[in-house]
Amino acid sequence: MIELFFQYLVAGLTYGTIYASVGIGFNIIYNTTGIINFAQGEFVMLGGMTAVTLHAFLPLPLAILGAVLITMIIGGLIEVAFIRWLVKPSVLRMIVITIGISILIREGALAVWGEGVRSLPYFTGNEVSALSLGGVRVSPQVLWSIGVCTVIVVLLNLFFKFTMLGREMRACAANREAAALCGIPTRNIVTFSFVLSAGIGALAGCVVSPITYTQYNVGTGLAIKGFTVAILGGLGNSMAAVGAGFILGILESFSIWVLPTAYKDAISIAILLAMLFVRPSGLFGNKEAMKLKDF
Amino acid sequence: MRTSRYTPAFALLVVIAVIQLLTLVSGKAFYLTQLTMAAYYSLIVIGLCLLMGFAGQISLGHAGFFAIGGYTSAVLTTLDLSAYKDRALVALLTKLHILVSRQDLYGGITLCFHPWVAFVAAVLLALGVAWAIGIPVLRLRGHYLAMATLGFGTIIYSIVLGTQRFGAADVISSVPPFPLGFGMSVSGETALRVPNYYIAWGLVTVVMVLSTNLIHSRVGRALRSIHGAEDAASAMGVDTARFKLYTFMLSAVLAAVAGVFLTHYNGGIGPSEAGVMKSVRYVAIVAVGGMGSIWGTLIMSVVLNFCSLRGYFGSYDDAVFGAILIVIMLFAPDGIIGSDLRRLVKMVMLKFKSSHGDTEAPRKA
Repeated sequence: MIELFFQYLVAGLTYGTIYASVGIGFNIIYNTTGIINFAQGEFVMLGGMTAVTLHAFLPLPLAILGAVLITMIIGGLIEVAFIRWLVKPSVLRMIVITIGISILIREGALAVWGEGVRSLPYFTGNEVSALSLGGVRVSPQVLWSIGVCTVIVVLLNLFFKFTMLGREMRACAANREAAALCGIPTRNIVTFSFVLSAGIGALAGCVVSPITYTQYNVGTGLAIKGFTVAILGGLGNSMAAVGAGFILGILESFSIWVLPTAYKDAISIAILLAMLFVRPSGLFGNKEAMKLKDF
Repeated sequence: MRTSRYTPAFALLVVIAVIQLLTLVSGKAFYLTQLTMAAYYSLIVIGLCLLMGFAGQISLGHAGFFAIGGYTSAVLTTLDLSAYKDRALVALLTKLHILVSRQDLYGGITLCFHPWVAFVAAVLLALGVAWAIGIPVLRLRGHYLAMATLGFGTIIYSIVLGTQRFGAADVISSVPPFPLGFGMSVSGETALRVPNYYIAWGLVTVVMVLSTNLIHSRVGRALRSIHGAEDAASAMGVDTARFKLYTFMLSAVLAAVAGVFLTHYNGGIGPSEAGVMKSVRYVAIVAVGGMGSIWGTLIMSVVLNFCSLRGYFGSYDDAVFGAILIVIMLFAPDGIIGSDLRRLVKMVMLKFKSSHGDTEAPRKA
């Protein structure tokens, strides 16, 4: 029984990392633009799919690097083509545009890769290899995904604190007009925020691909999960999104204990709806969110 | 010359009849099937147009309401209770004609709910659900509202997929015809194709007339004020929460009614009707029609649904609607018919007025 408990916990953590990375991606773009990018989940899918394709003729690390770079370029192009030149677009308009983008990416992926389910090979070992952690058997890939998520979070933190570009992004998030007046190229910052969150999504997509598999249509589900996580943590707060991601992943994986698997997705949406009604400012509170607003 | 607000409705009736005659003359009566289905889909879109264009609230979950209508009707009219026919309650319901017996495909006698009972149940259920989720959801704005309604649609979809009674990933089939009286019924039989075309489009015309009246009433003005500036409307004494909720419920009922009739027309319903892409498609149609122009929306709904149902978009069906969304929102956020048609009408009216020496007209414009 206790073993089963830990198995569910580990599964929850794995899904938690991917939800967290989608949530972070949402937050990065939200902070610089005030837009929720509904196509965020598609970046995860694109990353996984491209890496699988590249892996056919490249070693795994290079394939992943290539996939992340390609997805970043796509993210940048999307911003330049669809978002950059709009003057003060309304929220409704932006929602509809990003939904349209996500549909186009998905249909494009369907045309390129077909309906097949793909996955990368395990980074170390294979499907059956497992590490024994105090009696609980854990796939090394789970450690990979948790590790990569941690590295992303730490690097992001350092990036926002200590680099010029990171500081400019924070300035942009705090007050776009003031940032522009200080000579920060806000347009380019917005483009960069799309590039950055596309890259994070793609990397997450590669890391979890061996466990969760990748298919052309996983994006929408991930977008809803990621949004749930972003809301749960408080919109705009990336660190809280990580915590919320793990909470959601674990809740979901334990829900299988009491509910049919088909309802698993309904759980997160029910949490999202409940959260939106009760505390739209997020679990980690209004005050804290305000304080953490500039990371 | 002042055109009545009912002129477009009369024009619609004429067009409906002309199209039917054209298909008759050209021997392409099979087009009527898709036109009938397009009519039912248009009901949802009209409701969504009232919600998006007039109350200014987006909903990415309207396929959910369609599914509530369709599935309630499909389940109740195919649920065989003949095994319980000795129970007192079942016997009573049978005596009241709430349960009716009919022959199934294999010659057996089944005892199911009357389609009208199922219809009432479906509408009440949609109303109840819309009310229950509308109260909390409509407090939200922008992204939150979009995601909450998208979430609602997804929940309905996964409930349908996860429940055996709803056929799970399969289609609920052999839904009986829907009797309307006077020997007419909503069903997909080829012999009834022409009457069904008129039934569907008659329903659309009625809904269009009612919607036009609603828009031009006190309620319509209140709704537009909410769309324009919710806080200002609230300050002027408009009960914004109530009007938003009522519009949401109205559009939910229209979607449910469309679901009921289309299910009876097709003889079944499958989970794809509840999918998120369907909801997005309805939003796309409202966007193309020009948010806030129910006639523009109706025209685009018929054109796009008809093309989609005839399979003109091939396997790029969803991609077409995605592209439409982007292009319209980027280049013509007022819709292609909405803005231009209105500008044209205004220009013609102005010319007409100024040629009659009406000095007030230019100032108004």
